[in-house]
Order: sequence, then C-alpha cells, then structure tokens
Amino acid sequence: MADDWEKGGFGLYIHWPFCEAKCPYCDFNSHVVRQIDQHAWCKAYLAELRRAAAETPGRVLRSVFFGGGTPSLMDPETVAEIIAEIRRLWPVANDLEITLEANPGSVEATRFAAYRQGGVNRISMGIQALNDTDLRRLGRLHTASEAMAAFDIARATFERVSFDLIYARQGQSLAAWEAELQQALTLAVDHLSLYQLTIEQGTAFGDRYRAGKLRDLPDEDLGADLYTLTQEICDAAGMPAYEVSNHARDGAQSRHNLIYWRYGDYIGIGPGAHGRLTLDGQRWATETYSNPKKWLDNVPLRQAEKPRNPLSPQDQASEYLLMGLRLKEGVSLSRYENLAGSPLNRAGLDDLADLGMITRSGDIITVSNQGFMILNAVISRLLDS
Amino acid sequence: MTPLSHIRNFSIVAHIDHGKSTLADRLIQSTNTVADRDMKEQMLDSMDIERERGITIKAQTVRINYTAANGEDYVLNLIDTPGHVDFAYEVSRSMRAVEGSLLVVDSTQGVEAQTLANVYHAIDADHEIVPVLNKIDLPASDCDRVAEQIEDVIGIDASGAIRVSAKTGEGIIETLESIVQNLPAPKGERDAPLKAMLVDSWYDSYLGVIVLVRIMDGVLKKGERIRMLSNNSTHHVDRIGVFRPAMTVIDELGPGEIGFLTASIKQVRDTRVGDTITHEKKGTEDALPGFKPSQPVVFCGLFPVDSAEFEELRDSIEKLALNDASFSYEMETSAALGFGFRCGFLGLLHLEVIRDRIEREYDIELITTAPSVIYHIHMKDGTMMELHNPADMPDLTLVDHLEEPRIKATILVPDDYLGDVLKLCQDRRGIQLDLTYAGSRAMVVYDLPLNEVVFDFYDRLKSVTKGYASFDYAMIGYRQDQLVKMSILVNDEPVDALSTMVHRDRAEQRGRAMVEKLKDLIPRHMFKIPIQAAIGGKVIARETLSAMRKDVTAKCYGGDATRKRKLLDKQKAGKKKMRQFGKVDIPQEAFISALKMDG
Ligand SMILES: Nc1nc2c(ncn2[C@@H]2O[C@H](COP(=O)(O)OP(=O)(O)O)[C@@H](O)[C@H]2O)c(=O)[nH]1
Ligand SMILES: C[S@@+](CC[C@H](N)C(=O)[O-])C[C@H]1O[C@@H](n2cnc3c(N)ncnc32)[C@H](O)[C@@H]1O
Ligand code: SF4
Ligand SMILES: [Mg+2]
Repeated sequence: MADDWEKGGFGLYIHWPFCEAKCPYCDFNSHVVRQIDQHAWCKAYLAELRRAAAETPGRVLRSVFFGGGTPSLMDPETVAEIIAEIRRLWPVANDLEITLEANPGSVEATRFAAYRQGGVNRISMGIQALNDTDLRRLGRLHTASEAMAAFDIARATFERVSFDLIYARQGQSLAAWEAELQQALTLAVDHLSLYQLTIEQGTAFGDRYRAGKLRDLPDEDLGADLYTLTQEICDAAGMPAYEVSNHARDGAQSRHNLIYWRYGDYIGIGPGAHGRLTLDGQRWATETYSNPKKWLDNVPLRQAEKPRNPLSPQDQASEYLLMGLRLKEGVSLSRYENLAGSPLNRAGLDDLADLGMITRSGDIITVSNQGFMILNAVISRLLDS
Repeated sequence: MTPLSHIRNFSIVAHIDHGKSTLADRLIQSTNTVADRDMKEQMLDSMDIERERGITIKAQTVRINYTAANGEDYVLNLIDTPGHVDFAYEVSRSMRAVEGSLLVVDSTQGVEAQTLANVYHAIDADHEIVPVLNKIDLPASDCDRVAEQIEDVIGIDASGAIRVSAKTGEGIIETLESIVQNLPAPKGERDAPLKAMLVDSWYDSYLGVIVLVRIMDGVLKKGERIRMLSNNSTHHVDRIGVFRPAMTVIDELGPGEIGFLTASIKQVRDTRVGDTITHEKKGTEDALPGFKPSQPVVFCGLFPVDSAEFEELRDSIEKLALNDASFSYEMETSAALGFGFRCGFLGLLHLEVIRDRIEREYDIELITTAPSVIYHIHMKDGTMMELHNPADMPDLTLVDHLEEPRIKATILVPDDYLGDVLKLCQDRRGIQLDLTYAGSRAMVVYDLPLNEVVFDFYDRLKSVTKGYASFDYAMIGYRQDQLVKMSILVNDEPVDALSTMVHRDRAEQRGRAMVEKLKDLIPRHMFKIPIQAAIGGKVIARETLSAMRKDVTAKCYGGDATRKRKLLDKQKAGKKKMRQFGKVDIPQEAFISALKMDG
C-alpha cells in the first residue's frame, strides 16, 4: 500500500531567519543582525540539503519554498546554488514550483531578475497594507508607492506573483477595508493571502495589547463581518478562498501550501523549520534549532535538527484534520480513519452538521463559510472524544 | 515548676493589622526565647496560608522566660488568638485559659470593630487589660487621641497605656514589665485533684493529636493516666511539654501553667475543646464551665473539577477534618457536578482557607458552589427541617414558612463613608439598630440576614469605604421572611449548583444580575444560549448569549503542524476546567462569580 503522504505530495521548505527590522506583530523566527556571512549560510544550506536527500532518495519534489524572515535578503547566487543543488539531489516534477517570499522594498526589487535567473518561478510579496498610515502602524519599512513599484517589477519578471495583506487592523472600518480590498484585487495576478491581524504573545503588539495600549482593534463581531465581506468580494472577483486565508484563481493555488494542508511529506531546512517525513512507514515530526547561530554551528556536526519525534496514529490523524479542514476541498473520512485506526466521532459530526458548520457528502466533509470563521471550535468538537 | 506568683498568662487582642503578631515576635525576641538566627517573621502564624494572608487561624501559644527589673525570673505564657470574625469562638475559649490581655491598638488608626469584639471577649473572661498603643514610630501616630478613644468607646482607663513600636522595639521592655506588674498571677492548688482545661487540639502527623492544656489545680506528669470528664474516656499521657515556640518536652505541668500533652489520641474529634481533664483515679468530678462547640454557619458544595479525583478529595477532606473539628462534611451528588461534598464552615474565610488547602496541599482543583446558610423550613405538618442546600428545597405545597439566620453586625467607619455603608446595609435587607459617633468615626449596628453577608458583603464594604471600615458580627437567631428558591436555567436546563435562596422582593433584581453575570462568564458557543432565572415555573430574568462568531487561526505557520496541535491541546485543557451541562460548558469559577453583586 502506498504511504499516506503520497496523497499530499512531497515538498521542501527553506527558512531564512533574517529581516531588516522586526515587525511589531510578527512572531515568526526572524532576527535582525548587523552582518550576515552569506557564504557560510550558503554552505550550511547545501550541507543540510544533502543530509535530507540521503534519507529521501528518489522522491519527486513538487515544490520548494524560501520562507522567512525575509528571503529576499539572500544573495541571488546563494538562492541559485541551492536550487541547482536541489535539482541534483532529487528528481523534480515537470512543473516544480519554486516560491520566494519577498519584502516589497526598492532594494529587493533590484534582485528579482537574478532570482528568476537562479530558478525562482513564483514570488510572494509581503505588502500588508495599501496606505502609508497603516504601513507605518504595522512597523513596515516600505511605503505604498514603493510596494507598487516593487510589485510592478515582480509582475514583469515572474508569471506567478502573490501578495499578502494584513487586515482587521486597528481602527479599520468595513468600508475602508472594502475599498482597499477592491484596489488589491485590481492589482492581483492570480493569488492573494489575506490574514486577519493576530496579536501574538511575545511580540511588541502582544505587550502593548496586554498593557491595554493597542486600541480600536476590531472585536469578535467586526472581525467576523470583515471576514464575511472579504469572502463576498473575492468570490465576486473570481478569487475565491481555497483555504481560510488564501485566495486564488482556478489552478493558481500555491502548490506548496497544498502539500502542507493535504498532509503530504515535507522537509524543513534552516533554523526553526518544521518537517513531516515518512520513513519506513513511520511518520516523523522534524524540527531544527531556531536560534540562527546555534543552527549554523550545529550543521557541520550534523546536529542542526532536534531529536525527532515519531507521530502516533492519533497525532497524525489530528494533524490531517487540523491542516485539511482549512481547505475548501475538505478532508476524507476514510483517510482519517486509516490514520487514526478508528472513525471520526459520530456525535461531533452530527452536531456540527446540524448546526450548519460542516457538510458531508459521501466520504468527504467540508467546512461551511460559517464554520470557517470558528474553525478552531469545529475541529476541537470533532476531536473531542 | 514555677511558683504561681511568678507566672503570668495573657493574650493579645487587636484588630487585624494593628500589630499583634509583630508585637508577639518582639516579645519573643527580646527575651531570647528564640535565637536570632531562627527568628522568622510572625513566629506564631505557622501554616502557609496563615503566613501568606497574615492571619492567625488556630490559637498558638508560647512560653517566655523573663527576668524582670526586680531581678526575679518570671514565666510568661502568651496565647495568640485568631483575629478574624470567623474564628471568634477560638478567641473566646482561649481567653478563659489566661488572666489578662494586652489590648493592642494601632495609634495611627484607633479603635476598630474587631478591637471591640475581641476586647469584649476579654472583659467577659474577667481579664485585667493593659492597653498598648502601637506603631508610635509612624508620623501619623496620635497616642493621646487614641487613648481618649479607648476610654470613650471601651470604657477602660487608658491613662497608663504603653506606647510601643513593635517595629523598632521601643516600649517592649515597658510592656514586659507591665505584664509582670499589672496582670494577676494565676490561682490554683498544687495539692488539689488535677483539673485542667482543654484549650485547643490539633493533629500532627508524627505525634498524633496534640492537646493544649491549662492546669487549674493539681499537677500533670508524664506517664499518668488521664480522663476526660465529658465522656470518661481515658488515655495514657506519653508526652508533656511547652512551646518556646518550638515544642520542648518537660516532666510535669503545675497549677497556672500552660502546655501540651500527647496521649496516642487518633482524632481531633475525640477531644472536646473546653473539656475538663483530670486523673483517671482520684480525679475531680467538678467540671469547668464548658464551651459551646462551634457550629458551621456557611455551607457550600466542593466538587473535583476532574470527577476522577473524587476519592482524592474524600481523602483530603477527611484528613483536614481530623485537625479541624469546626468543619463538617457529608457526601453530595449533584445532577450537574457529579459526586462531591457538602461542607459546613464557620464563615467565608474559613471556607476559603479550607478550599485553598485542598487545592494546594492535595493538588485537587475544585468547583465551589454557591455558599448557603442554614434555613429552617417549617412544614405544614408542624415539623421543622434544616435546609443546607437550596437544591434540596422540598415541595412548596408542604411548606408552611421559612426562617433564616440573622446577625448583629457592628461596623466602624469614618463618617465620610457613612452614607455608602448605610446604603449597603439597606440593600442587603438590614435593619438599623444603632448609630453612634466616636470622634469622626461612626459606629453602625445593623440586624442583617446572614445570607446577605456570607458571600461578598465584606468585600463590598471594603470597596465602598476604600478599606477604612471595620466589621464584626454575631449570630442573633432565626426569623421568618419571604424566601424563595431561585433556579438558573442554561440552555433551558436547570443547573442545580446555581440555585440560591433569595428574598421574594429581591428575586427579580438578583435574578437579572445573575443572568447578566453568567452571560459574561460562560464563553460563547457555536449556538446561542438562553440563560434564565426562574422561581418555580416562572421566568423572572432572561439573557441570551449569542453564538460564537470568530475563532480561527488566520495565519499559516507553514508546516508547523505541531503548533496547531498544541493549540488544540490548550483548548482541551481549558475545557477540562469547565463542566458540561447538556451541550453547554460552564467554567468552574462561574459558580461563585455569578453570585458576586456589584451594588
Ligand atoms: N511602622 C510600624 N509598622 C508596624 C508596627 N507593628 C506592626 N507593623 C506592621 O503592621 C502590619 C501588620 O502587623 P501584624 O503584626 O501582622 O498585625 P496583626 O494582624 O495584628 O497580627 C505589618 O506590615 C507590620 O510590619 C509598628 O510598630 N510600626
Ligand atoms: C512568514 S511572514 C513573512 C513574510 C515577509 N517577511 C514579510 O513580512 O513580508 C508571512 C506573512 O504572514 C503574515 N503575518 C505575519 N504575522 C502576522 C500576524 N501577527 N497577524 C496576521 N498576519 C501575520 C504577513 O502577511 C506576512 O506577510
Ligand atoms: S513580518 Fe516579515 S519582515 Fe516583518 S519581522 Fe516578520 S518575517 Fe520579518
Ligand atoms: Mg497576625
């Protein structure tokens, strides 16, 4: 029997942990440093690629994703060398997707052509907002017009360009967001990520929020209304959500994200990167050290990765649900049952169907629009024994 | 053995925070009873909770050796008594074991409600009283004013009041001298049959029950057989000693002395406070006037959050009860909460102390249900039953009328806040009995229903008076009133643990407050939830908790599925702190918080 991961495919994630400045809302593994020894980092990534390839020989790669941090701070040569090595180490799909996350500053934009040269074929830009006031509040270094300029260059350079916006910002009204989103849709090529601002512990916003100083954040009701409005507008523009926060024209979904959400196998390389790997029938959760220096120092010792944890059948089944239900396409009950060794709880399914949160058709359950807004509660009900 | 003329037995009475424990520390320290390096602050408050809250719960005692200015050696026995109203019974019984009291008053504050309550216990016990004005190191100290107040309000001579700073040690020697000179020596006959008072007892896991005794007549020696007059049970005394404050074994205790004995007694319940102890043979038959055993007045249900922990809860409650005869318990089953215990306490502080100890020392998370007092239900057939739990309210057609316990509350308050205090008392169905002034302070005496007080009256009082009011109360008996049982329905299902008894005229207001509170306390669910208050079949208040609208992780953390799983685990842990009623999860703290009134 084929391994379960093959239903989701196989991908590679590469984490670049540096940024020019730390954004006040961000809790990703990103650091600001004075100098980066690009050469040392390049060597380390190459070593890690070889280590990973030795475990997964012959698997066909469907996607490579340079995420961050700000991968557009990587030297284009580094990116090119990594891609070249990847192509040596694994067989790749004909339509291999290679995405790089870029910040829309003017300096970054000058490198786009070189990235393309090196093999990158998709760009995901962190534009975040289309007006300067909100960009400043979000602590971003770029202005709206710089972002537009960078975006134009990206569009001219790559066929596939996506960008991210953060909404449900402080003081944002429904009308203001509607106008901004309409403008974004006129720019959008084929993919758009729209994230509601999340206040994370341990960030500058998190501290300010706790001190009661982050005012005018949308409450639960406005948050829900903003989300609903977003779905309506994007549906009408032919960019429906295929995941909670991700929108695409038909066929333009991020292949990389789909690997995660369809619970495929993926290698995670670079500081703090996570992976899921099936080896000899056992699925493992992998994670590397997130401190950049520690990671870099550990690579030559072949200890950049923390000790691995095997995933129990129930863990895998839970993860499949947690990831898969984020997708419009839903999850398969039989696949869940195969992973868990027992069927999904019947009472939960019935309850949620009665409440209109999920729909069942044959083997597939999908979450309704209403259900998406309270997905955490839906999943926790389903996994409640 | 010390001659009677060289013994002084005394207690310290004070309002909370006036410096009783600090003064005791100083007395112990300045007589070298404890080596400086062993000195901890608040030597006598030994339980963790007591130390943390700065309150004394059990009576504690210490023997101090003091060489007076006249060159003679004296033995001073101090019994430290609890200061809080819940433990008033402890105060009154300890007072009978000593001949005098230091009346400590904070000279920056003046006389407070507990000063009064406690000094009256001392006067009742015929004590000689030495007034001590404490905290004279503080700029706000005003000894003349406070001395005058003591004379006015309490009616004792305060011209010779000792001026002390328990903090700096100033006046401590004067205090010791005054104890020797002004307090009477105990009386007693060395050759008479043994007559000892059982002052207190508690459980020690190594020694079994430790009995604190005051010898009135005769001599008690190690190895003797003793008899308790109340039930004629006999015991072999295997240890005798005194507290310095550490336990120190000695051979015998004579008249006027205070110390402890152990006699392989297994349970605190086998010892009755106030009992008379004598020798098995040739003993006395003349019992000391007994104390009335303390009665629980506040009841509530304690249920384990995790129902699998019921046996652990039973175990912990049994252990605590071994050491606290004033705490009662019986098993209770609630449709909503499963198995637990209905427990009786002396007051809310006592309740909180026991609950904290179970949670802390035994690591069991608890759901505490609404505290209730004991109602007397007079049935149409002429019988009377006690109602400890509103959920047990009998069929109303069989009930003739209900009575509730009332208290006499004494409140001292600066006159600036008098209006707020009167309003609070009126709101709680109080009847004013007295209102007098002493300087700029008013003394308000109210007749109040206990059920309006047990819950959050003291908190409210502190908050409306910014902490300047002091409060004390005594039970005065039962009175008939228009009381009804109010039920709470969540998603159309009654939640028995939220039922309360209320006055008919207040029911609607109280019901509305409760459903509003619950609406805030219960988290939103996937569906909307009606929350209603009802009397019998009639709904008197209703709120609707709207359905949850947004609860989703917006951001994708790449492949970090572990993070998502952790979030799910956290949600599950959160759910464990809730109880399910039908399809609704109610957080454990809701059962108490729903009752707190803001007005
Ligand atoms: N400045 C000053 N503070 C004191 C004095 N005596 C006690 N205190 C403080 O008053 C507070 C209450 O004292 P404590 O002995 O616990 O009071 P108790 O509740 O009567 O036992 C503590 O913070 C003590 O440190 C004193 O003479 N001077
Ligand atoms: C891994 S981040 C990094 C991308 C890139 N460094 C940037 O900031 O443009 C990917 C996206 O997550 C979103 N994001 C990060 N923190 C967020 C937060 N606290 N709330 C909502 N969205 C957030 C932003 O839209 C961001 O573009
Ligand atoms: S949001 Fe992007 S640019 Fe800002 S700190 Fe995070 S990773 Fe770096
Ligand atoms: Mg004290």
